[in-house]
Amino acid sequence: MVKTTPFYPRLAALSETMLWKHWSGYAAAQNYQFSTLFEYFAIRSGVAVFDTSPLFKYRIQGPDAESFLAGVLARDIRSCPPGQAQYTIWCDSDGYMLEDGVVLRLSDDEFLLTAAEPNLLYFSNLIGRRRVEISDISKEYGILAVQGPHSRTVLAQLTKTAADLPYFHVTQTKVAKKSVILSRTGYTGDLGYELWIKADDALAVWDALMAAGTGYNIMPMGLWALKMARIEAGLLLLDVDFASAKHAWVDGQRETPLELGFDWMFRKLGGEERPFIGRTAIENEIKNKTSRWKTVGLMLDWQHYDQTYENLGLIPPKDTTPIEEAHSLYDAERNYLGYATSLMYSSLLKRHIAIGKVPPHLSTPGSEAYIELMIVHRPQYVRANVVRLPFYDPPHKKR
Amino acid sequence: MSEKYDAIVIGGGHNGLVNGAYLARAGLKTVVLEKRHLVGGAAITEELKPGFKFTTFSYALSLLRPDIIQELELVKHGLMVLPMPNNFTPAENGDYLFLGADSQQNYHEIARHSAKDAEAYKDYWHDIKQVVQAVKPLVDSIPPDITSSEPEELARLASVGAHLGRQNPKVLHLLTRLLTGSAADLLDDYFETDVIKAAFCSSGLIGTKVGPRSQGSGLVLLFHKLGYFDGSIGDWGFHKGGNGGFTQAVARAAQAFGCEIRLNAGVSEVITKNGEAIGVALQNGDELYGDTIISALDPRRTFLQLVEPRDLPTDLVETIEKFKFQGVSSKVNFALDGLPEYPTLPGRTDIFRGFMNIGPTVDYIERAFDDAKYGWYSKRPYIDCAIQSTIDPDMSPPGKHIMSCFVQYTPYKLKGGDWDTERENLGDTVQATLTEFFPNFSDLVLHREVVTPLDIERTVGLSEGNIFAGEFMGPQMYFFRPAPGWNQYRTPIKGYYQCGSGTHPGGCVMGAPGKLAATQIWGI
Ligand SMILES: Cc1cc2nc3c(=O)[nH]c(=O)nc-3n(C[C@H](O)[C@H](O)[C@H](O)COP(=O)(O)OP(=O)(O)OC[C@H]3O[C@@H](n4cnc5c(N)ncnc54)[C@H](O)[C@@H]3O)c2cc1C
Repeated sequence: MVKTTPFYPRLAALSETMLWKHWSGYAAAQNYQFSTLFEYFAIRSGVAVFDTSPLFKYRIQGPDAESFLAGVLARDIRSCPPGQAQYTIWCDSDGYMLEDGVVLRLSDDEFLLTAAEPNLLYFSNLIGRRRVEISDISKEYGILAVQGPHSRTVLAQLTKTAADLPYFHVTQTKVAKKSVILSRTGYTGDLGYELWIKADDALAVWDALMAAGTGYNIMPMGLWALKMARIEAGLLLLDVDFASAKHAWVDGQRETPLELGFDWMFRKLGGEERPFIGRTAIENEIKNKTSRWKTVGLMLDWQHYDQTYENLGLIPPKDTTPIEEAHSLYDAERNYLGYATSLMYSSLLKRHIAIGKVPPHLSTPGSEAYIELMIVHRPQYVRANVVRLPFYDPPHKKR
Repeated sequence: MSEKYDAIVIGGGHNGLVNGAYLARAGLKTVVLEKRHLVGGAAITEELKPGFKFTTFSYALSLLRPDIIQELELVKHGLMVLPMPNNFTPAENGDYLFLGADSQQNYHEIARHSAKDAEAYKDYWHDIKQVVQAVKPLVDSIPPDITSSEPEELARLASVGAHLGRQNPKVLHLLTRLLTGSAADLLDDYFETDVIKAAFCSSGLIGTKVGPRSQGSGLVLLFHKLGYFDGSIGDWGFHKGGNGGFTQAVARAAQAFGCEIRLNAGVSEVITKNGEAIGVALQNGDELYGDTIISALDPRRTFLQLVEPRDLPTDLVETIEKFKFQGVSSKVNFALDGLPEYPTLPGRTDIFRGFMNIGPTVDYIERAFDDAKYGWYSKRPYIDCAIQSTIDPDMSPPGKHIMSCFVQYTPYKLKGGDWDTERENLGDTVQATLTEFFPNFSDLVLHREVVTPLDIERTVGLSEGNIFAGEFMGPQMYFFRPAPGWNQYRTPIKGYYQCGSGTHPGGCVMGAPGKLAATQIWGI
C-alpha cells in the first residue's frame, strides 16, 4: 500500500476527484475539487492548505551545527539568526546544484531542514569531527502549508504569534493546545505559513484550522494548484526546472546555482572566508563568466499565440495545468537557443508563462525567443519575451 | 471657467473608462466625466451594510474582450477574475441539474436525466463554439455602414461577406437560426429534458423582453456566449470584489495612461458651434472644451438629451425615438446570515459556487414572461442568483454571505402601478420564490436591496432601465446599433462620438464599444 500522511483521513474525505499522485511514496492529491482553478484562486484571494508532509525533514543539532551547515549549504546560514528561516541550496564540489530546501533555525544550535529527496546519508557523511547530530524526523511531523491573503487572519485566531510573525521567521507555539512549529514560509509566492505538527496531533490541528477558516472559505489544495502558484512565484522545482547533479549522467543535465538564478546568494562571497562545497567552482564561474545558461521568466506574446492557433482554425487553448516537459526555444531564424520548462497559462496574469533557460547574452528583459509548440502534429513557433522572475509578487507577501 | 482637452468622455461606466484609457494611451489629453461619486455605471460594488459588498447591478464577467485586458494592462492594475466552477438549477420536484468543471461528471449528471441529452451536451457546445468563432471577428471590429456607397464601406461590407462565405454552411445555418429563432426551439433540437432546456435557455432572455419561446431569444443566447473564461468560450467568472472591483481596475489603468477622471461631474449638454461639438456644460455650470466629445451614455441620452434633436437629421431622431429600451430586469440583493439549504442536498454548499438558476422548466420561465407581456411583474419570477461570497470571501463578513439575484420579468412600465409603490412587493415576491426552493431562505435574510428598472434608470441613467442601453433585437444590432448610418461611433455632429453599450456590439461588461469607438476616433 502506498503510504499516507498523518492528515490523510481528513484529506481523503475531502477529495472529490480521487486523483492521487505518489510523492516520495505517499499519496498526495493532485486536486481535491473538479475545479483545480478554484483551489488555485484560494491561494491568491482567500486561503488554501497544502499537505506538504511527504518532504524529507531533518533535525541538525549540536554546538557545531552552524559551522557544519555553513560548509555544506551554499547559502550562508550564518546570516540566518535563531528565529528565522532561510531558503537554501546545496551543491557538489564541481559547483553543480544538488538540491534546495528551507532551513528553520530554532535556536543557536538547532536547525530543521526540508528536502525533496533523501539526504540523511549525504549530510551525515560530511559531519567529520564536528559535534553535530542529524536525525531523520520525516515521519515525526506532518507539515501544512497555509497560504493566501487570509492565512494570517485565520492562523491568528489559533495562535496570536501568527499575527506578527515576519516574513521568513519561525517560532514555536501552540495550536489547539498542541505544540507546533510555525514559520512564515511557503511555495506559493503569497502571504503564507507552514506548520510543523507532531504526527499524533495532526488531526486535532487540522480540525482547528478548518474551523477557524470556514468563514474565509478555507479549502485544501492539491499539487496542481500549488505548482501553478510556484511557477508564478518563480520558484524552481527539482526534476522539472533542474535536476540534481548527484545522479545525473552527464554535465549537460546538470546546472549551476548561477545558471539557475541564485547569483544573489553569492553577492557577498568576496568579503567572507567561508569554505563551502562548490565554492571554488562557483567563484571561477563568476570570474570567468562560464555560465552556460541563465534562468529567466518567459511570457508568451498573447497575440502571436492566439493568431498561431486561429490561423490553423483552432480556438486558442488556455490550459492552466503546468506542462512539466521541456519545450525548445529558438531565435527568429530558428537557431536553437535553449529550453523552457513549466509552461502554463496563468489565469491570474492572463498570459502563458514559462521558466526559460537561455544563453546569458539573451537573458536581459525584453529579449526574444520562440517557443516550439506542437499544434495539429506540427511544430509552431510562438514569440516570447524574457521577463524578470517572479512573475507575480504581491506586496502582501512580505507585509 | 474653461479648460481644453483633446477628448472629453461623458459617463464613467466601463465603456467610458475603456474609451478614455485607449485615447489617453494614444497620447490624447483626455478626461472622463462621471455624474456619480464613483465610476463604473452598471458595474459597481457598494458596501451597503458594513462588511457586505453588494454588486448593485451587474454581477458576473465573461464578455470582456481579452485584447482589452492586455492592451490596457488590466492585470497590473488589479484585474482578478475568479472562476465560478459550478452551476445549479433546481427542478420543481426537488430534483436539480448540477454542472461543474469536469465534463465527464457533467455527462453523468445530465445522463441522470437523459443519456441522449448527456451526449448532446457536448455537441451543443461544440456547435455554439463554432458559431462564436465565426462571428468573433465581426464582434471585434467596426461594422460596415450599409447606408454608404463609399468604396471603403463597400470593401468593408464585402469583407464581411467574404468572411461569412468562408464559414462552414452548417455553422452559418446555425448562426441564422440563433439570430432569428427562439432559444427554446434551438434547445428542442438538442435536448429532451425540461430542466436542462430551462437551464440553458436562461441566457436567451437575460436583460431582454423576450421569453424562451419568443423569436429573438436565440440572438440573446448567442450574445451571452460571446465571452470567455481563460479562452473557454461561454464561461463566466466573478471579478474579485465584484464588477466594481473590475471597473476600479479599469479606472486605475486609465489614470496610469494619463486619463483624468472627474467624479460628481454630470454633463447637462454638449456645446456645439457651427454644427461642431466643442465642449460640454456640466450640471454645476462649469464648461469644459475639447476637440472630441464622446458620449458613453445610451442612444436616447446621446442623441435626444445631450444635444438638440433639431440639430440632427429627422430620420435619425425618429429611429432613436423608436429605439426600444423597455427594461424588464431588476436586482434583489441580499445580505444573508448563512447559506441556504436545498432540501434534497442538505449541507451541500458547493452548489452555490456559480450561477444558480431559478427557472426549473421552460414553461415556468415562459409564464414569468407572460406576466410581463400584460404589464406586470412575474408572480413567480425567473431569478439568476449568485452567492458571490462563496467564491470571494472578501464579499461578506466571515460566516455571512452576500447574494445577488437578477430578476425577470419586471417591466419598466407597470400597467396600473408604479415602481415606487411596488418596489418592496417585488422584493417580497423574490424572497417568497426563493423560499419555495430553499425553505430556510427567509430566515437568513439580514438585509435586502431592491433595484427596479426605474432605479436602474435613475441611478445609472440607462433609459427605461434597459441593462444593455437598448434591447438586443435584430433591428437594433450591428448595422443598426443604434441607427442605420450611425453604427460606426460617429454622429452627425462633427467631433461628437458615441461609445456606450448602445453602440456595436452592445451591452454587457464587454468594453468593446469603448475600444472600437477609440479606434474610430483615433485609428488606434
Ligand atoms: C441590473 C444589471 C445587471 C447586469 N448584469 C450583468 C452581468 O452580470 N454581466 C454583464 O456582463 N453585464 C451585465 N449587465 C449589463 C452591463 O452592466 C451594462 O451593459 C454595462 O455595464 C454598461 O456599461 P456602459 O459603460 O456602456 O454604460 P453605463 O454602465 O450605464 O455607464 C454610464 C455612466 O454614465 C454616467 N452618466 C449618466 N449620465 C451622465 C451625465 N449626464 N453626465 C456624466 N455621467 C453620466 C452614469 O452614472 C454611468 O456611470 C447588467 C446590467 C444591469 C443594469
